[in-house]
Amino acid sequence: MSKPLLLKGGRVIDPSRDVDQVTDLLVQDGKVAGIGQGLGAPDGAETRDVTGLIVAPGLVDIHVHFREPGNEDEETVASGARAAVTGGYTAVCAMPNTDPVTDNQAAVGFIVRQSVRAGLARVYPIGAVSVGQKGEQLAEFGEMVGAGAVAVSDDGKPVASSHLMRTALEYARTFGIPVADHCEEPTLFAGGVMHEGLVSSRLGLKGIPAAAEEIMVARDLLLAELSGGHVHLCHMSTKGSVELIRRAKERHVRVTAEVTPHHLTLTDHACEGYDTHAKMNPPLREAADVAALRQGLVDGVIDCIATDHAPHAYDEKDAAFDDAPFGIIGLETAFGVMHTELVECGVLSLPELINRMSTAPARAFHLPGGGMRIGAVADICVLDVTEPWTVDPARFHSKSRNSPFGGRRVTGRVRMTLVAGRIVHDTP
Amino acid sequence: MTLGKDLVGLEHLSPEQIRLILDTAEPFKEVSERPIKKVPALRGKTIVNLFFEASTRTRISFEFAEKRLSADTVNVAASGSSVSKGETLVDTARNLEAMRIDMVVIRHGSSGAAQFLGSRIRSNVINAGDGKHEHPTQGLLDLLTIRDRHGRIDGIKVCLVGDILHSRVARSNIWGLTKLGAEVGVCGPRTLLPRGIEELGVQVFDRIEAAMEWADVLNVLRLQLERMEKGFIPSLREYYRVFGVTQERLAQVKRDITIMHPGPMNRGVEIDSRVADGPHSVILDQVTNGVAIRMAVLYLLAGGKPELADAAKRSGGAE
Repeated sequence: MSKPLLLKGGRVIDPSRDVDQVTDLLVQDGKVAGIGQGLGAPDGAETRDVTGLIVAPGLVDIHVHFREPGNEDEETVASGARAAVTGGYTAVCAMPNTDPVTDNQAAVGFIVRQSVRAGLARVYPIGAVSVGQKGEQLAEFGEMVGAGAVAVSDDGKPVASSHLMRTALEYARTFGIPVADHCEEPTLFAGGVMHEGLVSSRLGLKGIPAAAEEIMVARDLLLAELSGGHVHLCHMSTKGSVELIRRAKERHVRVTAEVTPHHLTLTDHACEGYDTHAKMNPPLREAADVAALRQGLVDGVIDCIATDHAPHAYDEKDAAFDDAPFGIIGLETAFGVMHTELVECGVLSLPELINRMSTAPARAFHLPGGGMRIGAVADICVLDVTEPWTVDPARFHSKSRNSPFGGRRVTGRVRMTLVAGRIVHDTP
Repeated sequence: MTLGKDLVGLEHLSPEQIRLILDTAEPFKEVSERPIKKVPALRGKTIVNLFFEASTRTRISFEFAEKRLSADTVNVAASGSSVSKGETLVDTARNLEAMRIDMVVIRHGSSGAAQFLGSRIRSNVINAGDGKHEHPTQGLLDLLTIRDRHGRIDGIKVCLVGDILHSRVARSNIWGLTKLGAEVGVCGPRTLLPRGIEELGVQVFDRIEAAMEWADVLNVLRLQLERMEKGFIPSLREYYRVFGVTQERLAQVKRDITIMHPGPMNRGVEIDSRVADGPHSVILDQVTNGVAIRMAVLYLLAGGKPELADAAKRSGGAE
């Protein structure tokens, strides 16, 4: 067990208990041992003066892709967990579209073991909805949950069959886990590479209409209502989706939803010049969509921010737009980009942002963390919200470099990350 | 004024740059009328015609333009080359660069491929059609043909007919025409019109009769059979009945109307043979102008002085 740590004089923000005050915080035996002004350091404790910095519950990302097993050259559980703690994340949920697919208890157990071995951010596996993510036969939710899965999803692909989605939502109730869906109507999506709109018309690229997402959002909400199951809607990208979820929440449908930092900050104009770092699925939409997603986050219609961290080898992205894979990485830029774009621009307060990046996602997936009450596991991040820095993908800890934010000047940097009271990221 | 390193499309050219190309093409027209069709303007330059998609007309037109300017040319077709063995576009580009070539003419099935290549090699890159994006030399030769026929482009009403959604020719035409002051319309089934087309300053006609009533020039685009197979239209037969540019429809129009087609034509699908072969058609003039336009583009990108183009055809002024 690491030695006690006293964080002195920081602004402690804990959205789970509406705490926002300048005070000391003591970590001992891997837990939050004390919060209060003028705390004394126990024998052998390390004391860190964090005056002017923010002490917050560690960030939680419920949507990442860590390519292990299958594409370890792009990311492993260990490299992804290292990128996570660098970005202030103490827990992440890894999607099952690995090779082979994480669709059984042995595969789920492998991710858990790799996470423990890495000893950095906690990597919680998400199991597949269907065997092989083929959209046919339900995977063994019970055994996967027993091995450590926290949700099920066929992410990367939609659950195309409405019958399968209904059964998944019903069956998942036994285990109290959400079914996370990648909302995409396959026949409307067919071959699209970017948002369908004026920019796609000009660039001559096949568009993906907003309706391709919204049809499936509407379907999933109806099925959640029918089944009483918990549906989690991944990476929402359109204004229409926000409105559908808003109305469903008014009817008390069991739905949670996430949005990515890139969908909150970029539009389809980022695809100009055929920049493949702007190619992701769902695609970057229009300014009105960005505005609606931001408002959805403010109102709580969208529960949380998730990165959809999707590593790809540099040479795969160095291709014609049609030929490049979908996806970008986000763990190491999320806080800086979100702080700059949402807090500094007055969309959210800092405690609200921390809620949407830590407390709310932990709650959505019933994960430990996301709060700092006394006795809680000490998963904590220390943030500097005054220091500007320039995003340099060459310095990422992720194995991949595919970020659209390279060269961007942001304010908000992660100074220190603690997992179970142990310092796993530190910039003294 | 220059064109820059590459010609990727007309969207990012100024009206002055487009006029420069058209004006430079004028003296080159005459070269092709001579018994000895050759000037030394690009002597010693090496050009690769890199065609990832099948093309007869465009490739031959470029090749004639290059040869009539005395360049050394190599044709690379995707089938039978390393491209068909899975070599990436980046690797192809690097290998060409390593052979110290001067220019690449590229046709590729992916939108943006020409820009991608241009940003990675020092040689000049000319887009001979990239996916559904642009086909700038086709747009330019269409402009030149309209200018030849009507004496001007400014104020002329041009309607593009057919599959606008999948057409790179349509996009290059829209940019070139609007920049030079023409009024542009499009006519076709809504399934084949791109989203937001009106925002490009284009008027949409749902009925071909209305389009023909309005236009001074009809540029009839090729309808690919694949569009029916993919469900954009129910049948070629119905397409011809609803959107075909027929002799009967042309007879209803009282004014002089110019008929263009970028080829290859589907006679009896988008255009009636009697119209294509009739007195209103300038379809073969387009092909003739294609060589002059491509000579002008090659000459200008190679650093030729526009004011010397006239002299170039006499004595090889670029050197």
